[in-house]
Amino acid sequence: MSTIILAIVIGALFGATLDRIGATNPNWIGKMLNLTNLHLMKTILLAIGVGSFLMFGGQMLGLVDVGHMSVKAAYVGVFIGGVLLGGGWAAAGYCPGTGVCAAASGRKDALFFIAGGLLGAAAYMVTYPMWKASGLLEDVAGGKVTLGTVPGSKFEGITGVQGDVLGLVLGLAFIVIAFILPERLAGRGEAIAPAE
Amino acid sequence: MTLNWKIGGVLLGLVFFLAVLLVKPIGVSTQFVILDGIIGDAVNSELVTKTEEGYTSTNAYLAKSGGKYAKSVANPLNYSFVFVGAMMLGAFLSVMARGGIGSDERRLPAIWYANYGDTPAKRYLVAFVGGFVVLYGARLAGGCTSGHMMSGMMQTALSGYIFAAGAFLAAIPVAMMMYRKEG
Repeated sequence: MSTIILAIVIGALFGATLDRIGATNPNWIGKMLNLTNLHLMKTILLAIGVGSFLMFGGQMLGLVDVGHMSVKAAYVGVFIGGVLLGGGWAAAGYCPGTGVCAAASGRKDALFFIAGGLLGAAAYMVTYPMWKASGLLEDVAGGKVTLGTVPGSKFEGITGVQGDVLGLVLGLAFIVIAFILPERLAGRGEAIAPAE
Repeated sequence: MTLNWKIGGVLLGLVFFLAVLLVKPIGVSTQFVILDGIIGDAVNSELVTKTEEGYTSTNAYLAKSGGKYAKSVANPLNYSFVFVGAMMLGAFLSVMARGGIGSDERRLPAIWYANYGDTPAKRYLVAFVGGFVVLYGARLAGGCTSGHMMSGMMQTALSGYIFAAGAFLAAIPVAMMMYRKEG
C-alpha cells in the first residue's frame, strides 16, 4: 500500500514539474530540437546533473540505498530504438511521459500520439521474437554496466574508476554544460520563448 | 509562465532523486505495454495466465524475464502503472492551477501552425505516426526519455549514453527539417 502512495505522490510531482518546465508543450520540444531555443535543454541537463550529484553524494554519505539503482542493459537495439524514438519525438513533439501529461492537459494531438503509441507498443510485442532472434538484443560491453564501478552496487563498471566519485564529477559536468550552453545554436537574434 | 531553467532543472532533478531515494528510477514507456496487455487480456483472457510460480503469457514479450510484464498486466494496481496515472493527474492539476491551455493551442500547437498552417488533420496524423514510432523505438531500446536518458545518464549507465546519442542524432535533423519556422 505504501508503495502505491509513493507512486501517487512522486508521479504527481513529476507530471506537474514536466508541465511547469514546458516539456509537455510541443512548441518547446520543437524549438529545443531545431536548436532555436535551448532553454528546455538547459533544464534537462541541469536536472540530470542535480539528480546525479544528489544520488551519488547521498550514497557516499550512506543516506541513499545503492540497491535502489536500476541500470538498463546496453545492446545494439538500444541505439536503433533511440534513433526511432528520436525521430518520432521530433515529429510529434512528445515522448511517452510528456505525451500522457499533454493529453491530460487537454492537448488533442497528444491523444493521437497515445493511440499511435499503444499500437506501436503492440507492434513491438508481436515482432519481439524477430528482434530476439536477430541477436540485436544481446548484451554489449557487459550489458547492465555503469561507466565507473559503484561501491556496493550489483552492476559492474566498464572501468575501474570509483563509480560514485565519477558520478559526482559527471553530475557537475552536466551542471556546467547547462550553464555554458548558449540560448540558441541555429538562427539569429534572441531566442524566442513559445507563447503562453 | 514556464519556469526558468535554473529553478526548473533543480526541481526536475529533485523529483528524479526522490524517486531513486524512496523507490526506484523513473520510467514510463513500459506502461504502454502493460495497458496493451490489459486491453488484450480483456478481449482474450487466454493472453495472461497464472502459473505455479507467477504469471505467464502466450505473447513472448509479456512472458519474458519470468513473466514480470504478465504479472503487472494481471495486477494493474502496481507502483509503475499507478505512477503514470498520477503523472497525468499532476500535469492536469498544474495546468488548471495556471489557468489552462488556450483552445487554439489545445487544437493545434503554434509551431505546427507556423510551419503548416491550419491543418489539424495532418497534425493528428503526424502525432499518431510519431507515437507509433516513439513507442516501438522505446520498447526496442528498453526505455524512453525518462528511463534511459534521464534516469540512465543520472546513474552513469552506459545504456543511457548510447540511447541519448541515438535519440539526438535523429531528433535534431528531423526537427530542423520539419520545423524550419520557429513558431
